[in-house]
Amino acid sequence: MGGRMIIIGAGQAGSQAAASLRQAGFDGDIVLFGAEAELPYQRPPLSKAYLQGDLAAERLQLRPAAFYEKERIDLRLGVRVTTVNPAARIVIAEDGEEFHYDKLLLATGAPPRRLDCPGSDLPGVHYLRTIADSDALRPVLAAGGRLVIVGAGYIGLEVAASARKAGVDVTVLEMADRVLARVAGKEISAFFEALHRAHGVDLQLGAGVRAFEGNGRVEAAILDSGEKIPCSAVLVGVGARPSTRLAEEAGLTLANGVWTDDHARTSDPSIYAAGDCASCPSPIYGRRMRLESVPNALEQAKVAGANMAGGNAVYDAVPWFWSDQYDAKLQTVGVSEGADRTIVRGDRAAMKFSVWYLNGARLLAVDAINEPAAFAVAKKLVAAKAPVDAKGLADPETDLKSLVL
Amino acid sequence: MPKITYIDHTGKEHVVEAEPGVSVMEAAVKNMVPGIDADCGGACACATCHVYVDPAWADKVGKKEPMEESMLDFAYEPKENSRLSCQITVRKELDGLVVRLPEFQG
Ligand SMILES: Cc1cc2nc3c(=O)[nH]c(=O)nc-3n(C[C@H](O)[C@H](O)[C@H](O)COP(=O)(O)OP(=O)(O)OC[C@H]3O[C@@H](n4cnc5c(N)ncnc54)[C@H](O)[C@@H]3O)c2cc1C
Ligand code: FES
Repeated sequence: MGGRMIIIGAGQAGSQAAASLRQAGFDGDIVLFGAEAELPYQRPPLSKAYLQGDLAAERLQLRPAAFYEKERIDLRLGVRVTTVNPAARIVIAEDGEEFHYDKLLLATGAPPRRLDCPGSDLPGVHYLRTIADSDALRPVLAAGGRLVIVGAGYIGLEVAASARKAGVDVTVLEMADRVLARVAGKEISAFFEALHRAHGVDLQLGAGVRAFEGNGRVEAAILDSGEKIPCSAVLVGVGARPSTRLAEEAGLTLANGVWTDDHARTSDPSIYAAGDCASCPSPIYGRRMRLESVPNALEQAKVAGANMAGGNAVYDAVPWFWSDQYDAKLQTVGVSEGADRTIVRGDRAAMKFSVWYLNGARLLAVDAINEPAAFAVAKKLVAAKAPVDAKGLADPETDLKSLVL
Repeated sequence: MPKITYIDHTGKEHVVEAEPGVSVMEAAVKNMVPGIDADCGGACACATCHVYVDPAWADKVGKKEPMEESMLDFAYEPKENSRLSCQITVRKELDGLVVRLPEFQG
């Protein structure tokens, strides 16, 4: 099959889709546009090992430069696409160059949601999505002082752990009454709250930020309560917004992200979407979801790549995710929303336990702390959608493996 | 630089020069050895970098951590000599290491 495939966004999904197009036997042109200057790279270390200075930037690359050469992928780095014209099947790059496409993939990701309050544009107020962001944050960890982190989601908490490791004082401000409120159950929230406090993090729940103050640079965060927290820098981690401007201007259907069907096709039959920017129906949960995780970006990109090349792949992957904070590795399977019951297995004090989220007899999700066996078993059970033996699950004597046989 | 040989499931050998300090997984990805997915990029979270270490090298590569061991339990066709290649760091003592790749990852 020939023709030209264009991919907008050279991140986790874009890079995978290019590889998957070739794997599916597509032999024509592939043009991969990336607004960032770097070869496609992985983001998870940006709040973990890379931020801590343990990894060279080159080791973040998903694939070596030679890969794109060998596979004849025309990689256009540092080039933003500004327009998609679906009627003419043309994209226009920021330098004005026009490219015709046969099929187009939107893999534009989800940049951080920005705070808009007095002082939020002061130097020293950081966000974290790119290598450049992580590079800008690293000197803060070296300089010491107090880092104020706004938002106790995964990124905020991972940066908190990295900063404590570097010996920096950390205050985490979270508006909700628990950490990870949007993504994890109460048991997991309580675990991470205790973990961060044990590592010396000043964690303030129910704490909204009203403004930042400083003379040419951020020097304090002002809470809704009026309290003032002096600081040397701020990291804002209050979620991400799917990057949908191109899709919107092209008249594509949106649904908290670029709407796709389970073949990763958007409302335009020649345009696909994958990764953080896409919302896709999940056959496992029977509803539409937009996920922000590496495995999701990879799976959707594989489906999109295969289908752009003429295949008939369906997206039905079990969502999963991981997070590393101090000595705790969290592995999550599934989405717990809608659970009416939780079962905790293992030993919380020993930092080795798992929380199982059920709706009736159906297993929706599992959060596993330092417990990969629970993670692996749960992945199989969630995929199977079959009823689980809740009694057996609740019994600490039950061998997890027996649940999947 | 230490040489590492990856033998894929069809028997084809891929010999790679690996920089000390990187993982056996990273050396494979960097040199485009097919058959190692490494979805989590080395976080010991995905088990898609599974290899079988040649028995002659079992002692030299060292022991698996408990986390790695339980991840491997659920990999495709785990064996006694299964390892997650992201958890093996290339050192000069590993010059000549031979690992075999399973037919599937994950
Ligand atoms: C600090 C951090 C830590 C994370 N940790 C984890 C983790 O531990 N585990 C996990 O599973 N996930 C983690 N994630 C999430 C994961 O990185 C994302 O889900 C994943 O990168 C999504 O891939 P993507 O391809 O959809 O988007 P991205 O990787 O963000 O790629 C999108 C790319 O598109 C480019 N782009 C956008 N618009 C245009 C345009 N118009 N023209 C050209 N280029 C454009 C952007 O510049 C960007 O480079 C983390 C994310 C961050 C930021
Ligand atoms: S790369 Fe994921 S476990 Fe090794």
